[in-house]
Amino acid sequence: MKSLQATQNRLAQAQEQIAILEHSAFEHFDPIPFQYKLEESSLYPLRPKEINIFQINIGKMCNQVCKHCHVDAGPDRKEIMDQTTMQQCLDILSAHPQFSIVDLTGGAPEMNPNFRWFVEEIAKLNRHIIVRCNLTILRANKKYYDLPEFYKKHRIEVVSSLPFYNKDRTDRQRGDGVFDDSIAAIKMLNAVGYGHEESSLKLNLVYNPAGAFLPASQTELEREFKQALWNDYQLVFNQLFCITNLPISRYLDWLIQSGNYERYMDKLINAYNPAAAANVMCRNTISVSWDGYLYDCDFNQMLELTLACPSKHISQFNIQQIQNRDIIVGQHCYGCTAGAGSSCGGEVV
Amino acid sequence: MANHYYNSEDLKKFGQVGQFQKEMADKFFAWYGTVFQDSNLSAKEKSIIALAVAHAVQCPYCIEAYTADAYEKGYSEAQMMEAVHVASAIKGGAALVHGVQMMNKAKEIAM
Ligand code: SF4
Ligand code: SF4
Repeated sequence: MKSLQATQNRLAQAQEQIAILEHSAFEHFDPIPFQYKLEESSLYPLRPKEINIFQINIGKMCNQVCKHCHVDAGPDRKEIMDQTTMQQCLDILSAHPQFSIVDLTGGAPEMNPNFRWFVEEIAKLNRHIIVRCNLTILRANKKYYDLPEFYKKHRIEVVSSLPFYNKDRTDRQRGDGVFDDSIAAIKMLNAVGYGHEESSLKLNLVYNPAGAFLPASQTELEREFKQALWNDYQLVFNQLFCITNLPISRYLDWLIQSGNYERYMDKLINAYNPAAAANVMCRNTISVSWDGYLYDCDFNQMLELTLACPSKHISQFNIQQIQNRDIIVGQHCYGCTAGAGSSCGGEVV
Repeated sequence: MANHYYNSEDLKKFGQVGQFQKEMADKFFAWYGTVFQDSNLSAKEKSIIALAVAHAVQCPYCIEAYTADAYEKGYSEAQMMEAVHVASAIKGGAALVHGVQMMNKAKEIAM
């Protein structure tokens, strides 16, 4: 498995993805624009609420190449945030205490050579830090073996993908051997105190469907994950977040290649839930890319849809403009509003 | 005119059966909706029963719909296949148990 960029797939270009999503290249398929749905729900234009999450994507480099990855991440991707841009983020954070949560994502954020320095600096600002850790990175190289201790030291909330509690389905989505390495990594995190019920060191897992279907109910699946991981491996974690796959990047490519695109879009559209639309994560999040550009969310970032206001880059950051902007929406947004909704923290209703 | 007896696209048209008989269709869909709600059995348990029955009645529409539904309810592939085995065992057993009927009849008419 390689990134779309490495294989020179046309979907490596954001405009190509948007062309498919917005001006369906498929005959007999003319889905209702997301904007109409928002209008029906009296949510258009979509506006921010209180913005308190500062999500920073510190690079597309990753040790994995998952089939569904919306970042098109992989070992071949060299785009990572430099220290100057990190410092700009720190300056914005220190001037804006309203960002109580800093969410670090990637790629594998830990592969950025300045990752530890950056975390230490954010920790000095006294914010709740989330790291989206893909688990296998903890086993990828000796230099990462002490990451659980590092996370513990800075009271980081670790959020990690595990598509299913069995090897077959996990490896089909994330690559051969990923399940076994993930289990070993959870063991390392549990060993330093993460994931235990009474512990303040939170390890939350993320479930996302390995195919063209919607996620299961979060409460029910969390119970089953907990039971299976405990019975089979004596592992513990705190919460399970159920996330819907958004039809962009590698997942979009897979949907088209496997003949599932129209069916999946229909499914998302039929499952549109106004209550979920009212709580989409872009209403309280700002997303920063490796090169410092600003977006409504990590998905709009991958589609290169910078904020619809003059603050397009961290160097132009103006909270009033950002607070007063309209959020850019498109057909991919149906992924956030289906059923119980979907965000980086799982269901939204 | 489609040249297959079964077309996956037709599943989307299920709701249109009301065009020829609205009252009964409305009652059916209302009842169907109630049947699959969480009640004394959970919606999740009902989903795997539906998947098994879909195989017993060999309905391609239901198999498509309830395979996706089983995934969406969080079932593993192994659980889904076990449900199909349950349906098959009942179907096979139902055929075989009629062997007793055959034996009875055979004994009635044989010397
Ligand atoms: S671990 Fe995450 S970032 Fe890396 S390829 Fe998989 S989905 Fe993408
Ligand atoms: S894709 Fe982004 S912009 Fe669209 S609804 Fe989801 S979070 Fe908001």
